[in-house]
Amino acid sequence: METRTLTLHVWRQNGPTGTGSFKTYEAKDVNEHMSFLEMLDDLNEKLISRGEEEITFDHDCREGICGACGMVVNGYAHGPRERTTTCQLHMREVFKLGWTEVWIEPWRAKAFPLVKDLMVDRSAFDRIQHAGGYISVRTGSARDANETPIQKQIADSAMDAATCIGCGACVASCPNASASLFTSAKVGHLGTLPQGVPEREIRVRNMVAQMDAEGFGSCTNHGECEAACPKGISVDWIARMNREFVRAMVTAKDDVDARD
Amino acid sequence: MSTRALTLTQTTIGKKALMAVSGVVMVLFVIGHLSGNLKAFQSPRAFNEYAAFLRTLGPLLWVARAAILVSFLVHVKAAMDLWQRNKQAGAGASRYHGQKKQKTDWAALSMYLSGPGLLFYILFHLAHLTFGYYLFGEGNVFGVEGYAFDEMNPYNNMVLGFQVWWISALYIVGVAGLGLHLFHGLWSMFQTVGANHPKYNGLRRDLAVGLSLLLALGFISIPVATLLGGLPPTTETFYFPELKH
Repeated sequence: METRTLTLHVWRQNGPTGTGSFKTYEAKDVNEHMSFLEMLDDLNEKLISRGEEEITFDHDCREGICGACGMVVNGYAHGPRERTTTCQLHMREVFKLGWTEVWIEPWRAKAFPLVKDLMVDRSAFDRIQHAGGYISVRTGSARDANETPIQKQIADSAMDAATCIGCGACVASCPNASASLFTSAKVGHLGTLPQGVPEREIRVRNMVAQMDAEGFGSCTNHGECEAACPKGISVDWIARMNREFVRAMVTAKDDVDARD
Repeated sequence: MSTRALTLTQTTIGKKALMAVSGVVMVLFVIGHLSGNLKAFQSPRAFNEYAAFLRTLGPLLWVARAAILVSFLVHVKAAMDLWQRNKQAGAGASRYHGQKKQKTDWAALSMYLSGPGLLFYILFHLAHLTFGYYLFGEGNVFGVEGYAFDEMNPYNNMVLGFQVWWISALYIVGVAGLGLHLFHGLWSMFQTVGANHPKYNGLRRDLAVGLSLLLALGFISIPVATLLGGLPPTTETFYFPELKH
């Protein structure tokens, strides 16, 4: 088992209004089987035992499905490995690249205010979801499989969008801090399924209105979001959302309210 | 909470759609513009006859001009609105230590440069060959000794200008910028209006690359040919009443 010593430059900031800066730490005995978060846990243990304040970072499931653990590692949202969240990034991947210095930063976007150190507030995503990322029917207990027949290709495609874990890497990597990939995945996965179709017009309009109201930037089709997305969600969903949104704005019989 | 109805043009997607549609109008104009210019390679007479023909279109010419002007204004206004917004979103293409772009290209990242650059280029181009006669009359164009306009001979007005190295250089840089802008803009347009289909997505890139290259090289061919002596000024005299100012 390989162990190495890494120099970490970690963004430290006391709160949303404070001015942050990089602080340098030596991470000793980092072994190749640790996850990136375990490496930080280990460093935090040492900081606590030395009476220093530990590094705050967001995390929950540690199995790549909750979307909490986003951070920027040497300029890559969620680190350098494709389709991998930070918690699933193993240190061997970092060793492979020969990195001895690692710069760790929080997502940077106005709509994601910083909480502390590497942790940001992603509740803007929740509010976009609340604006229309659901279907308003009684769901009750789980229904029988295949009760509503859905073509395999359509179900697969909807699943591609539904894999979005709302981690915010798309916003973090976008040159404009746009939330288009997230919103389009949420609009798209419901809009492609029969249960979601009846509300597709109102859904896309309300969700896009909320996305704009949160202060995210606009999409300029760079594709950085797709490259950073740990779930590999395609920018094709953004094109689909644009189409659906313009169609709904032009053809829907009722209006939706603008959101500020 | 406001109770205004959401309008398309106040949303980011709506503004992008406006940019896409106005961009298409301008691209169609540019295609027509190039096909007209290439008549210079046919003969000075063909070029001048085409210039005179455009003036015979009457009201149709004004409809086309209005469409181009409106598209231009809409395109610039929407771009400025979105630029302002994106700045406020607290972003920036390189806001992390050691950040490397993974997918985007130089053409896409320089849209905010090529856009305003084209604006200045268009102003220069209009001052030169569109309003030049009003600005310089029969005198020296841009103060260049021996370069004066002849209102009956647009062909000579163009090639005499291209014989001046710095005028040619400005045109070459300008249309190269246009090619760069369209390289991203054309592809981006499909994405913005939601024209995507797994079967044809590859074609969208091919079309953007092909058309932007074709337009840039097509326009560049004229000053280059002039500088190399392929398009000499003509001594023929013309009379087209339509071209009278």
